[in-house]
Amino acid sequence: MERIVKLASENGILIFSKSTCCLCYAVQILFKELRVQPRIVEIDTIPDGLEIEKALKRLGSSGPLPSVFIGGKLVGSTNEVMSLHLSGNLVQLLRQHAV
Amino acid sequence: MMNSTSTQFVPSRRMGIYEPIHQMSMWGDFKGNNCLDASTPMILEVDPKLDNQSEDTSHGTVGHSNKYDQEASKPPDKVLRRLAQNREAARKSRLRKKAYVQQLESSKLRLIQLEQELGRARQQGMYTGSALDASPLSYAGSMNPGIATFELEYGHWVEEQDRQLADLRNALQSTETGDVELRIFVDGGLRHYCDLFKMKATAAKTDVFYLMSGMWKTSGERFFFWIGGFRPSELLKVLLPHLEPLTEQQRLDLGNLAQSCQQAEDALSQGMDRLHQILGAAIAKQLGEGNYLPQVGAAIEKLDDLARFVGQADHLRQETLQQISRILTTRQAARGLLALGEYFQRLRALSSLWSSRPRESS
Repeated sequence: MERIVKLASENGILIFSKSTCCLCYAVQILFKELRVQPRIVEIDTIPDGLEIEKALKRLGSSGPLPSVFIGGKLVGSTNEVMSLHLSGNLVQLLRQHAV
Repeated sequence: MMNSTSTQFVPSRRMGIYEPIHQMSMWGDFKGNNCLDASTPMILEVDPKLDNQSEDTSHGTVGHSNKYDQEASKPPDKVLRRLAQNREAARKSRLRKKAYVQQLESSKLRLIQLEQELGRARQQGMYTGSALDASPLSYAGSMNPGIATFELEYGHWVEEQDRQLADLRNALQSTETGDVELRIFVDGGLRHYCDLFKMKATAAKTDVFYLMSGMWKTSGERFFFWIGGFRPSELLKVLLPHLEPLTEQQRLDLGNLAQSCQQAEDALSQGMDRLHQILGAAIAKQLGEGNYLPQVGAAIEKLDDLARFVGQADHLRQETLQQISRILTTRQAARGLLALGEYFQRLRALSSLWSSRPRESS
């Protein structure tokens, strides 16, 4: 959990994903299109990935990956990202916290 | 029903030309269906277009030279009676012809309907493996009950959609309909789309490939398919011309929405491409050994991802609809919903009209 908080605070835009998860890939593509570069943590490639996944669930992430943090706060999964984008608020939020 | 008669849809102009023999074969059959009184002999004899002078031929009277001689040689009341009978026969003939044409028209409509159902049943043929009237739920074996339920519910959904659109059209055309009433229509319409997305989510758990194939939709709709349904960006393009007049702010907001929508779609499309590759690779691993269970087992895990994609695409559709309705006034949103509904109705009609068109035999 501390790991998550640390990572979230260190990176303006953070995505927890899995290398095999194609929805995570779709979100990354979207961010790339919006010209931001998120920090991507693929939890299936790091040692304590499983713990991170459990901790993310406890945080109330809407379930499966990707888990997106912007400005240190949990935004949510693909649903939340898409809703934000369609309402026009995502770009603004990203610009505020982009490196 | 109409098997015994010609199924060519002859233009009425041709029908006006009286050909007695042709009449008998067409209208004779038809007469049997409709229990009109028996006056066929009169049809053959009488042609209202001709003068009365020639009508006596079949009655075999002795030599007649001209019209006035005829009338002079016969008692007047016989002539009058003959004239009345002619008129009566001609009238009945016209009535029969009219009824026949009407039956042709309704048969044509019924034919189009049947073609539509047949098309739908063929699509379902994968599941029911049988013809038009088999109830999917009565089938055991390879039948997938979750999908059968979905198809049934979808049929009802379309019927309800048609009803709502008809009501909405009436409401918009009436000058008395206020915004409060229109709001109810708009909210109801949006909710109806949400119901469809919920149905699809349930069906995806049963068979996601089925949802991806779009087999529950008409072939015309499938042409425009994108991840289990319509393209959200396409939605905006269809609606935009029908929402005018728009304020500058609305135009701006809709433009931004269109761009965001397109970006989201592109991202999902690329994610789907990657899923294609991964799934294909998983299935193609280590071919030639005969045993397929490990590879297929690994591929099945990927199907969860596929179901998520369909869900995400539906979510995009739903969000797009919600955003559009937020940007527009109630009346604009009502017009938009009507336009959208009619667009899909036309797509649905497209396939059946195409398949029911008269074909030239080469």
